Amino acid sequence: MSAQTALAPGFDVEKIRADFPTLSREVNGKPLVYLDSAATSQKPRAVIDRITKFYAEEYSTVRRSIHLLSAKATQAYEGTRRAVAKLLNAPETRQIIFTKGTTEGINLVAHGYGRKFIGAGDEIVVSATEHHANIVPWQMLCNEKGAKLRVIPVNDAGELILEEYEKLLNEKTKLVSVGHVSNAIGTIHPVKEMIALAHAKGIPFLVDGAQAAPHMNVDVQDLDCDFYVFSGHKACGPTGIGILYGKVDILERMDPFLGGGDMIESVTFEKTTYAPIPHKFEAGTPAIADVIGLGTAIEYLQSIGLDKIAAWEHELLEYGTKVLSEIPGVTIIGTAKHKAAIISFTIDGIHPHDIGSLLDQEGVAIRAGHHCAQPVMARYGLPATARASFAFYNTKVEIDALGEAIRKTIEVFA
Amino acid sequence: MSSATLYGEQIVYLSKHPKNFRAIENPNYMCEGANPLCGDKVTVYVNVDDGGAVSDIAFQGVGCAICIASASMMTAAVKGKQKEDIDTLFHEFHKMVKGELDVEKEPNHLGKLAMFSNVSNYPVRVKCASLPWHAMHNALEQKKDASTE
Repeated sequence: MSAQTALAPGFDVEKIRADFPTLSREVNGKPLVYLDSAATSQKPRAVIDRITKFYAEEYSTVRRSIHLLSAKATQAYEGTRRAVAKLLNAPETRQIIFTKGTTEGINLVAHGYGRKFIGAGDEIVVSATEHHANIVPWQMLCNEKGAKLRVIPVNDAGELILEEYEKLLNEKTKLVSVGHVSNAIGTIHPVKEMIALAHAKGIPFLVDGAQAAPHMNVDVQDLDCDFYVFSGHKACGPTGIGILYGKVDILERMDPFLGGGDMIESVTFEKTTYAPIPHKFEAGTPAIADVIGLGTAIEYLQSIGLDKIAAWEHELLEYGTKVLSEIPGVTIIGTAKHKAAIISFTIDGIHPHDIGSLLDQEGVAIRAGHHCAQPVMARYGLPATARASFAFYNTKVEIDALGEAIRKTIEVFA
Repeated sequence: MSSATLYGEQIVYLSKHPKNFRAIENPNYMCEGANPLCGDKVTVYVNVDDGGAVSDIAFQGVGCAICIASASMMTAAVKGKQKEDIDTLFHEFHKMVKGELDVEKEPNHLGKLAMFSNVSNYPVRVKCASLPWHAMHNALEQKKDASTE
């Protein structure tokens, strides 16, 4: 390990790496260098063990049955809700709704809030850097209702142009939905300031926190957002589980998303009354083991400390930016002042997919493509980029390996 | 490096200096092949002579090295050939990149196209190699459709 630990003193990354079984494996005969955590994070042993233990020793359904196992499962399941509330500093635990992931969280708001409160001629504002998950549900809603999608433009560095954003906010604007961190180019957007501007005009604000919640302290009360969504699998938790936080009054006014068991108060063939929040939005048997696994993942992240995670990842970002900038022919896409540990890049004359395949041969796993953010790629006139994304378990030695593999890639095409 | 198995010298060379990389004005047939998942896009232009043979074929587009090299080799391979022979190459090439045809052991007509056999070891790249072939095939199928109308 490099001795440069100015930003994150005492951060013992080797000790952390020992918690992640996948990180010690080889790929194509080389040690795995996993730089695709923005797609999905690796899982610590504690999460894997917790899920196994639940299935092997404690398995039962939640909130339905009277027997001991179900009571215990419910306790563990609701424990995760409390852990998430604490993680986000939500005022109340009932503001935390379990979803399948960020995508479902946004779709839930588009249905439950959008279909009820957004109509013909209304406007929804998103940014030019959104993931498709924060574009398509709104587009579908706009098509259905005759509403209009407005887009906050972005400058060459990847920063939203706030003067243009302010101009977009008007009496027709019914919702603003913006990613906290761009998955494609890494910009950390000034959502707190943007939320205040929207609220000054009485407009609710959804924050897509898929790329933020696992990497920094998020305080929904400080942000004052109306909704915050993220995915468990990008936060060291299992796939198939995500979180929607919402303000109580707005969640209570919303319609349910899916109908079914568990989300009701009483059902007759004439009329159904819905359960109070959060259960109103949680129809059907949930991903019980995965919810419990997410609880363990959050415990794990908090045991390290999100402030320390953010500091270490920032150090990796600075080091990675330096290493890649020194390689002739490499261009970094996204040079915002405030960035998360995501580096999108291109190499002169080499298609990102060829970069991806050649780096893979060196054991270096990155993402190559449009990152489910085609409008961002179009903004920079690119069909695709290569993207290295870092997590707290990455090291500077791995970034050196990335740099070396990029140099080899350039040699192949020399 | 070990990935030379996928990025052989000839494939890298052709990706930078593809043959028949141009448009044909007023072609008999053309087809744009696109892979929306990765953004690769190849337009294939074909002229066919009175005897039914491909008299000229060219392509333009953007794509990864595998795609562009494959398009270059495809145009060279089908030029001058009849539709039946091209169909044979199309099916054999497809089987090869999917790992269903061992060019070393099984009889085939692929010749130099065998340089793409290692693509079968990289399942996510199969579409890159086969995209120009699909575009060419679809272009020629239009002819078939047109002739039956």
